[in-house]
Amino acid sequence: MAESAGQTKGTVLRLALGGVGMFGFAFALVPLYDVICEVTGLNGKTGGRYEAAPAALKPDLSRDVQVRFVTNTNAAMPWHFGAKQGGMTVNPGGVNVAMFYAENPTDRPMVAQTIPSIAPGRAASYFHKTECFCFDQQVLMPGEKVEMPMRFIVDRDLPEGVVTISLSYTMFDITDQASGRYALEKALATKRAPVASAAGDTGAAGG
Amino acid sequence: MSAVIEAHHDDHDHGPAKGITRWLYTTNHKDIGSMYLWFSFIMFLVGGLMALVIRAELFQPGLQFVEPAFFNQMTTNHGLIMVFGAIMPAFVGLANWMVPLMIGAPDMALPRMNNLSFWILPFAFTMLISTLFMESGGPNFGWTFYAPLSTTYAPDSVTYFIFAVHLAGASSIMGAINIIATILNMRAPGMTLMKMPMFVWTWLITAYLLIAVMPVLAGAVTMMLFDIHFGTSFFDASGGGDPVLFQHVFWFFGHPEVYIMILPAFGIVSHIISTFARKPLFGYDSMVYATASIAFLSFIVWAHHMFTVGMPLAGELFFMYATMLIAVPTGVKVFNWVSTMWRGSMTFETPMLFALAFIFLFTIGGFSGLMLAIAPADFQYHDTYFVVAHFHYVLVSGALFSIFGAVYFWLPKWTGYMYDEGLGKLHFWLSFIGVNVAFFPMHFSGLAGMPRRIPDYALQFADFNAWSTVGAFVFGLSQLLFLWILVQATRAGKKATTEVWEGSEGLEWTVPSPAPYHTFAEPPKVS
Amino acid sequence: MMSKISSLARAVLASAFALAGAAAVAAEYNMPVGVTDVSREIQELHMTIFWICVAIGVLVFGAMLVSMILHRKAAGAEPATFHESTKLELLWTIIPIVILVVMAYPATDVLVKIYDTGGEDMVVEVRGYQWKWQYKYLDEELNEQVSFFSNLSTPRQQILGESQKGENYLLEVDNELVIPTDTKVRFLLTSNDVIHSWWVPDFGLKRDAIPGFINEAWVNVKEPGVYRGQCTELCGKDHGFMPVVVRAVPKAEFEQWYAAQLDPSAAAALAMAN
Repeated sequence: MAESAGQTKGTVLRLALGGVGMFGFAFALVPLYDVICEVTGLNGKTGGRYEAAPAALKPDLSRDVQVRFVTNTNAAMPWHFGAKQGGMTVNPGGVNVAMFYAENPTDRPMVAQTIPSIAPGRAASYFHKTECFCFDQQVLMPGEKVEMPMRFIVDRDLPEGVVTISLSYTMFDITDQASGRYALEKALATKRAPVASAAGDTGAAGG
Repeated sequence: MSAVIEAHHDDHDHGPAKGITRWLYTTNHKDIGSMYLWFSFIMFLVGGLMALVIRAELFQPGLQFVEPAFFNQMTTNHGLIMVFGAIMPAFVGLANWMVPLMIGAPDMALPRMNNLSFWILPFAFTMLISTLFMESGGPNFGWTFYAPLSTTYAPDSVTYFIFAVHLAGASSIMGAINIIATILNMRAPGMTLMKMPMFVWTWLITAYLLIAVMPVLAGAVTMMLFDIHFGTSFFDASGGGDPVLFQHVFWFFGHPEVYIMILPAFGIVSHIISTFARKPLFGYDSMVYATASIAFLSFIVWAHHMFTVGMPLAGELFFMYATMLIAVPTGVKVFNWVSTMWRGSMTFETPMLFALAFIFLFTIGGFSGLMLAIAPADFQYHDTYFVVAHFHYVLVSGALFSIFGAVYFWLPKWTGYMYDEGLGKLHFWLSFIGVNVAFFPMHFSGLAGMPRRIPDYALQFADFNAWSTVGAFVFGLSQLLFLWILVQATRAGKKATTEVWEGSEGLEWTVPSPAPYHTFAEPPKVS
Repeated sequence: MMSKISSLARAVLASAFALAGAAAVAAEYNMPVGVTDVSREIQELHMTIFWICVAIGVLVFGAMLVSMILHRKAAGAEPATFHESTKLELLWTIIPIVILVVMAYPATDVLVKIYDTGGEDMVVEVRGYQWKWQYKYLDEELNEQVSFFSNLSTPRQQILGESQKGENYLLEVDNELVIPTDTKVRFLLTSNDVIHSWWVPDFGLKRDAIPGFINEAWVNVKEPGVYRGQCTELCGKDHGFMPVVVRAVPKAEFEQWYAAQLDPSAAAALAMAN
């Protein structure tokens, strides 16, 4: 034989470990993708709740940015969901509020999750939401209507070429998913709806 | 003689076991190689049948034979079976047969794992094909199975599909480990890496690619499984996931996968051209470096399959440039083959015809690949028949033709019999004409605007589709001729010499024809 | 004998391919020039790359052909023994790199242009469904006002072969997307269920529609007309049956059409009065 059994074993072990490592790499791609999305704004994924440094909150009056709102419900989601305004013109650095409404026209309690998406992708990391109904699940009882504010700041460092930002919200029915069931249980337990999140979230406003 | 000595002699003097258990339990690389090759040929015919169902439906505008839902199952399974059941196992079969012979080793490094690697496959593919007969129907989401079509909207059989992919992947990974261990540890003394035959080099590199990316595919289908059954949201926007993540993970596997399906072909072509030109391969060192470069580059180009997904400009530019770069080492290989032909003394037996056709037609596929690499132009080509034309040129008149060439080339060594040269040439010409009549018009139907994966189409695509169908049937039916040629060779072929072909070089041509069940029990000396 | 036939046949086939190349240039076999600056530039880029490939192909296949004829054993050729040349390897590595760099310039140019989505004059949301498209005209003041579905309108009897197929078989819809010419129209694309893709060849525009996410693209159509495309991402059983039809009309005509959508009765009355 031109080989030693030990050498072969060594090769095989190293290769097998390599294979296992690549399997782990596939799963590592998940958080890696999220990080890259956040850093580059790829795919228009915006971040979570934004804590504004006071220095950043000086509106840049020399510049106008048009923000457009697009709302949709996904697949068989029966709720009425929309923006109360088509869009607004804002200055980077200023705090703005946009209002949205949602209504559960069915005869059973339901839970929604709204997912935001921004175009162009490179604007995503410059669009900060300090308050958004999209941070939490939304529980509505049969027939219940709510008005939901969304507070946002367009970063002063928004790249020059970006003149229009389109923010799309897609509302999904998650009543039958684990997170939806949990939210509904919590809401029913407190005999209140919708689910209140941290201070400042006025999801119950007008409810 | 004592019973002990008798028992010792049994293994070597009486050949392999008889009956079905020979094949179930064999650890012999020649037996396993043969099983892989027969299995891949059966899968090729099954996948080919599905192709003919597709082409029959597409012969004319309108829905004549199948429902759109079933048509989607045909396109999906045609792709899965050809990629994972025909092309890949065929190359593994060729590796099993030839790598030990080429390096002067008695067998593969891990003969029992070799057996397992093979026998997983019939099980996996029986399960996959059985899904077509299930109530929910088989997989219908394309061989690229993008989420959420393959998760939230998938038929119930998707779980069997995932299992089949896991099994086939495990088989490939084990096979690749075996090949690397064999090549690195069992070469005859004197055979340094830069003295190895090209088929061995290309398989060594391919095996590393397999170990690197098959587990990523396993990861992708595992994430799918979790999304479908365990409430995760890898690819589901409603839970914070992203369908585009699926595409990134899939194509991180998918692009190296297509190089896995072509690098062994490059090795085969190098052997055949130099043998029939009676001239050493031109630029051996460059060929090795070019193959390694292609393999390396294959890891950084995956998103050229995703140009329309909405990537940032920087990403699109990067993937465009990196993809264009692959043309360089690929071109180097083509130029080296032509230089091998140049001022050789060529004869044109069937293996040489397939190898020459490979260079010609694979290069055409390479040109359409270069066109596809240009991102803005790709906006017009993506998901149209232009892409279908491209990958069939590189996979059918590329990879598959190299496999045909290899079988004709090495069959006399495997069986001890020559195939009928006249029939071999007939098979070649029917295949050559069939493949071009089938796939060349697809460039035009794609440019004219015909999307992929549709069972019916607008009237302006009718002529192109009719031609494609005719070509496909000619090509498909001529593979039955190939089957006949193989069977007839072992029944009534001329006896083959040890050398078989004038101009053949390498250890594999020094063993008798047919190669004895056990070869190189003692390693040969290599100068 | 067989080898002579082989090389002759090969010469014939090579010429056939050359002819095919010429045919590709003929408009009906080729990518459309289209009706936007982008589509025209894409087509020009496509032709540039194509001709470069033809040139390289002629050189390489020509060399192969010559070799197959001259360097045959049957013609008495003796095999040479040379098998390497560092100079040649460098040459045929560097020259292709230069050619690629040259190709990369116009390609980058066109791509950058396509990505410049700012400064639009109007916005339309395109939403893919299984198996139809929904179009919403987005107005800043009042969110969206005009919104409708666009379904394949080819009758089933035509598909099943029970009646004669119409001229726009499988490329016709009940409600076309109407947009004005000479206007930068921005599209916001998304999906209701699985991934779809919206493609109009004459615009040079193809973009995926992804559920839960929004993509943007723009078009500026120079010529009025009706432009037809299809969904280009497998989306289920009727993926082949959800065409895209866009009618581009002059601005004034668009304003009239839009007003009619907003208030059909008032528009009808106005039309009757005229």
